[in-house]
Amino acid sequence: MQDFAEIQARFEAAGYITEHGLALAVGLADELRRPLLIEGEAGVGKTAVAKAMADAFGRVLIRLQCYEGLDINSAVYEWNYQRQLMTIKLYENEHHSPQEVQHEIFSEDYLLKRPLLRAICMSEAPVLLIDEIDRADEEFEAYLLEVLSDYQISVPELGTITAISKPCVILTSNATRELSDALRRRCLYYYLPFPSYEKELRIVTIRVPEVSRKLACQVVSFVQSLRTQDLRKKPGIAETLDWTAALLGLRISSLDDDPEKVAQSLMCLLKTRQDQMAADAETVQRLIAQSVAAADASAQ
Amino acid sequence: MSAASAVVEHDLRTNSGDIAARIFAFARFVRASGLPIGISENVDAARVAEICGVTDSERLRWGLRSLFCKTRDDWERFDELFDRFWSTDQPRTKVAVIEGRGRGIRGAGTDRDAGGTAVNEAADGLAAGSGTAQSGASAREGIAHQDFRHFTQAEELRALAALVERLAMRMRRRAMNRLKISKSGRRLDFRTTIRRSLAYGGVPLKPAFRLHKRRQPKLVLLLDVSGSMNLYSMLFLRFARAVTRAFDRVEVFLFHTSLVRVTEALAERSIDRMKQSMEVISAGWAGGTRIGASIAELNERYAARVLSGQPIVIVVSDGLDTGPPAQLTQELRELRRRARRLVWLNPLLGREGYAPSAKGMSAALPYLDAFLPAHNLASLEALEPYLVSL
Repeated sequence: MQDFAEIQARFEAAGYITEHGLALAVGLADELRRPLLIEGEAGVGKTAVAKAMADAFGRVLIRLQCYEGLDINSAVYEWNYQRQLMTIKLYENEHHSPQEVQHEIFSEDYLLKRPLLRAICMSEAPVLLIDEIDRADEEFEAYLLEVLSDYQISVPELGTITAISKPCVILTSNATRELSDALRRRCLYYYLPFPSYEKELRIVTIRVPEVSRKLACQVVSFVQSLRTQDLRKKPGIAETLDWTAALLGLRISSLDDDPEKVAQSLMCLLKTRQDQMAADAETVQRLIAQSVAAADASAQ
Repeated sequence: MSAASAVVEHDLRTNSGDIAARIFAFARFVRASGLPIGISENVDAARVAEICGVTDSERLRWGLRSLFCKTRDDWERFDELFDRFWSTDQPRTKVAVIEGRGRGIRGAGTDRDAGGTAVNEAADGLAAGSGTAQSGASAREGIAHQDFRHFTQAEELRALAALVERLAMRMRRRAMNRLKISKSGRRLDFRTTIRRSLAYGGVPLKPAFRLHKRRQPKLVLLLDVSGSMNLYSMLFLRFARAVTRAFDRVEVFLFHTSLVRVTEALAERSIDRMKQSMEVISAGWAGGTRIGASIAELNERYAARVLSGQPIVIVVSDGLDTGPPAQLTQELRELRRRARRLVWLNPLLGREGYAPSAKGMSAALPYLDAFLPAHNLASLEALEPYLVSL
């Protein structure tokens, strides 16, 4: 039985601040060996969970980035055609029967292992991150389901390869496509929301240690209220960290120091033209004033 | 939350003999409230309880939440279910069983080939929804072929609009299936492979592959929203909205006396915001329909961006044009030149005794690849080949 407080502490040591609930979900996924499906808006740190998990448990991270048109060849395995051809050519001059040649070129040496197969062949269970599963085709999702239920992969020429140790699987989704019920039912589920003020403040102070407490409070409070605005792309945690670093680079110690520079640096947070237009000077000033006041209040 | 937690702890401690039974009862309760709890969840629930420990109700809550919830909706409802089950003050009734949407649709999607067309299924849904007394086939037949203008009740219209959206989504599913087949066409390009092998003394070290890929054609929808189209505009707008979401490359324009691009406004997630944007866009339009002038605007202003790459252009209008027919002729000729296909949907065409004799309509006919009715669900479904084929 895992101690979940310890998982949380180890995540923190790996630079990932998490809630108890998520630590528990990760622990359960590990214990029950069921995949963990994490959903949430872009930029809330879904992918980072897998990285932190690999760090925290001291495991290898294998990542499979999904995209439209992802196929078995790039996700599971492929034969090394060049080597096979080379071997055929070399064997031509020696006296080998065709069976021997065939046996040779379809052996494991000639197999290029892609992430899924690699994850299954590891002697020690790795963390397998299947990123943005919603971007892959339904066809691939169905295949994945098969792999995730049996943890085995069959290569026609070689036979079935069964997992030596079942990997911990983390799937992430941005909900651009509805996932199949079957896949959902295989998984544990966690919905990761945008972080709370306290959590984000801790993230900022841990990830950007040079930042003063005052500026960190202001930045977080600003970003938090920006997220409540009517935006197309809400800034994620990565954006908050970028912006904090940018402000440090501009030598700004408080948001009300140099409103113009601050307004310009907002390009770290607002990533579409519509959003930049929506955040006009007046709104920005109001938000700055609010967050400065909030930071002052929390300092006292 | 803390009050309920205390109750959970109390409940679990006093009944420690049959914790497994209590957890099982909770699983049944959650299932009755619409969450998809299967056998494996039941089995794992006992293990979760064991791992999380039953003395800390928050941990149990989080553990079971991850196990039982499969979607964000489930996630958001879970706390209430948990509190309600473990608290003794409230009667343990089911919490809002999910109505026909959501899971029902997804379920229906998996056996979409089981029988009948999308229209039939959709019509079944409407027949059931509106409480029609007629039985299956005849009701479905009636609804699929009934002119949109005969749906007058607000409720019926809403249901119909939802059906139209679903129809578009179904079309996409089928389109995707077709695309998949073409995607697997990864074949060795023999000619290039041999050519490249020359450099290695005839050993094909660098094989070349040919990726056989088909792209979905671009779609441009032009919707007439003038007064004469009043009965149909909102439905077509909903249809356009669903098509925008379901297909990759779609541009939607509304016209009346002038033309506006609404692709972005349609992409708004919430219907309210979509309506707001629409109102802003279409504010201040006068009466009358100038189809020719509107298409001229399309040809001039949007040609480079929208009409590039041989799109399929679909015009939805009754053809009652108040502008000069000569202009319409000229602009359609221009549009025809750029489009892969030019399709005109006319809701009036489905009416008995209608002939395209209006000046505008008869001027347009020579330039159309297809002139189709669009007055009922069946005719919308007949559009499918135009949306997905090359």
